[in-house]
Amino acid sequence: MTAQATPLLRIDNLSIPLPAGLDRAFAVDNISFDLNAGEILCIVGESGSGKSLTANAIMGLLPDYLTPTNGEILFRGKNLLAMREPELETERGRTMAMVFQEPLSALNPLMKVGDQIAEVLQVHGEKSADARNRRVLDLLEFVGLPDPANLRGAYPFRLSGGQRQRVMIAMALALEPALLIADEPTTALDVTTQAQILELIRKIQQAKGMGVMFVTHDFGVVADIADRVVVMERGLIVEQGPADAVLNRPQHPYTRRLIAAVPHRDAADAKAEVDGEMLLEVKGLRKVYSSGGGLFSKPRIVKAVNDISFTLRRGETLGVVGESGSGKSTLGRCLLKLTEIDGGEILFRGSDLVPLSASAFRPLRRHIQMVFQDPFASLNPRQTVGRILTDGPVANGVPYAEAEAKARELLDLVGLEVSAFDRYPQEFSGGQRQRVGIARALALEPELLVADESVSALDVSVQAQVLDLLQDLQNKLNIAIIFITHDLRIAAQICDRIAVMYRGEIVEYGPPEQVFDAPRHAYTQALIAAIPGSHWNPRLAVL
Amino acid sequence: MKTLDFLFQRLLKAILVVLGVVILNFMLIHMAPGDPASVLAGEAGAGDAKYIAQLRAQFGLDQPLYWQLWTYLQGVLTGDLGFSYRNQVPVMTLILERLPATLLLTGCAFVFSLVLGIALGVIAAYKRGSIADSLVMTSALVFYATPLFWIALMAVLVFSLHLDWLPPFDMESIGTGYTGWARAADIAHHLVLPTVTLGLFFTAVYTRLTRASMLEVMALDFVKTARAKGVPKAQVIRRHVLRNAILPVFTFASMQAGQLVGGAVLTETVFAWPGIGRLMFDALLQRDYPVLLGVFLVTAAVVVIVNLIADLMYRFVDPRIEAAN
Repeated sequence: MTAQATPLLRIDNLSIPLPAGLDRAFAVDNISFDLNAGEILCIVGESGSGKSLTANAIMGLLPDYLTPTNGEILFRGKNLLAMREPELETERGRTMAMVFQEPLSALNPLMKVGDQIAEVLQVHGEKSADARNRRVLDLLEFVGLPDPANLRGAYPFRLSGGQRQRVMIAMALALEPALLIADEPTTALDVTTQAQILELIRKIQQAKGMGVMFVTHDFGVVADIADRVVVMERGLIVEQGPADAVLNRPQHPYTRRLIAAVPHRDAADAKAEVDGEMLLEVKGLRKVYSSGGGLFSKPRIVKAVNDISFTLRRGETLGVVGESGSGKSTLGRCLLKLTEIDGGEILFRGSDLVPLSASAFRPLRRHIQMVFQDPFASLNPRQTVGRILTDGPVANGVPYAEAEAKARELLDLVGLEVSAFDRYPQEFSGGQRQRVGIARALALEPELLVADESVSALDVSVQAQVLDLLQDLQNKLNIAIIFITHDLRIAAQICDRIAVMYRGEIVEYGPPEQVFDAPRHAYTQALIAAIPGSHWNPRLAVL
Repeated sequence: MKTLDFLFQRLLKAILVVLGVVILNFMLIHMAPGDPASVLAGEAGAGDAKYIAQLRAQFGLDQPLYWQLWTYLQGVLTGDLGFSYRNQVPVMTLILERLPATLLLTGCAFVFSLVLGIALGVIAAYKRGSIADSLVMTSALVFYATPLFWIALMAVLVFSLHLDWLPPFDMESIGTGYTGWARAADIAHHLVLPTVTLGLFFTAVYTRLTRASMLEVMALDFVKTARAKGVPKAQVIRRHVLRNAILPVFTFASMQAGQLVGGAVLTETVFAWPGIGRLMFDALLQRDYPVLLGVFLVTAAVVVIVNLIADLMYRFVDPRIEAAN
């Protein structure tokens, strides 16, 4: 860190009160930190820590019901909080710019991307359309988008997530701002795309000497790009300092807890071979989606699952890893027969599920259960937890009293209060809801659990707890788990074997140590190289 | 799906729908009790069976139903919608005579409600929670809930009878012999009450729709992106919010546009407007089958055509549509 008289950005005792009746009085409470020109400052914290609010407060983009009551935000010596809206508008987009989390929704769907970039130039006084067009082309090229001349005339929906985020970055860079605020800019992206975007941000930051404030929940990302780190918990800054110090010698218990929860494969703990009875054999499974097509056009055909084979024993966890569109979720849906299957066999306890009709499969359904990704959307908000847990067994002929007793047992097993039985899902946090989701799946005493991105919506500390719970349950109940995830680190931590999927096919299959240490397929190699913070071992930091 | 594919499929469907409507209407009308021959005969004061049978033979009503339908369909295909028993004129002539008056009224009401509705909706959303917002939304609710004929009668009572500002009925002042601009002004004067009456309901719908849609869009991420770029608020509303918020309004407007011909029966009747609606109403009372069928056919065809145009336009208004198909 270079010592400077006036930092680029100084947050001084900033407080933003929350409306009455929420779980705490302040969204952010008396926080102070500096950001110097030419450095990347990472703000790390879990959901609700106030990190995004701080970013929005700097840009003057807080919602109406949130107004800072205390402190100053000094940008190049001027207090942004004292500025009126028209004055702020001349700063936004010109001297300070922001990139948001969701590239899918952050661009106007009805405006061509070139026009959206040109708008920044236009509102800040570039009158010549020619000059704007030239700059747009330069910018698109600079952020590494292919064929800028064509791409600027495209609507956002034509672009992939990574491409849209590049457009957002181009927009933010248009007037070479001194301060770039990036609010979880890679969270919604695939890991290989994330690596590219991080690389791009670092490159730009070095080329232009900008100060970058990077908001993230991912310590891997922090390890990759941060010069300095601020750790926030529930509106307070609990620790800040140079990246090396915070990552490798964390002082505050909260930081230590967060770092301990970062998923990581320990090279030492090679998993013992599982020698349970064979439960599932999948042979040559195929699923094809076709869409569109008519008298004058051909249908589009996507081989979502293409000739996939694997086996699974009782007590074993298979990780299915892949990026969006790799077919991993379709594979999960096939196993539960939630979608038509176009070919192959699914031998469950030796008999093929594929030819079974819906009614013939129904009695078997309870043996294969799913834990979904989104703990908020996958539980019916109008049913009590008790109803959610007993519905399945009762439908399968279990007397209600027995189902209820079992449900209370399950709540205890997944680490919830037994009193949760009479409450509604919305009374619980995301992690607790995912526990309910797991209990719901277990209520039918399945032999196979398919967990589709079941922890990716959770904060890292909660994620670690749920992963522990799943492993614990597997040891107790000897169930087989298929764990579908985009996060290789998690798969490596908990799976006995890993299948890497790419464009509908399994390109790599084996125990974690083999997949990680000797990946054979180029895609696996790229995937592993893209894991953020791979040079950093969080386990050593919190010994 | 390519636009060509889309157009072809939709045209085919459109033709089938219109054909279906024609057949269904034909059957329904003939199932209703009473026929034009007995009504005509009754009015002529002649109840005797021989006269009625003669009338029936003259109009072809003594033929089997399927044969009548077949003859009618053949006529429709050649642009002949039949002959009005009552008026002794070809149906097509009658409809073409009345169509301009109806289109003038419904078209004005359409533009009036769309422009006013969107403007009020934008204001209400922009000033959300203000007195202006409450005022706009309360009046929208009132006009949304009040029956059209009651509004029409009250409007006549207040603005024509009490205040004597506006003419209560008809399209032009009779016997003035106005021409050119004077005639246009006279028609415009007559247009005000029926237009506003017919348009108020839709104005209320557009106001509510625009406001809700605006508020929804204002909360979306890209609006924040626009503000983060330093775009002034008015421009954010105009260029980013309104453009996206207008899509559901557009959908509803295409439904109203479908009613351009058939949607003004009540208004035309109350204000004695010489349009299709009144033609239909009179034909109904007089059991003038060919006129009724002709009006239904034209109405249905307009609905189908407007829907087709709206769907095609949607592909331009929202570039995502074509990709989604």
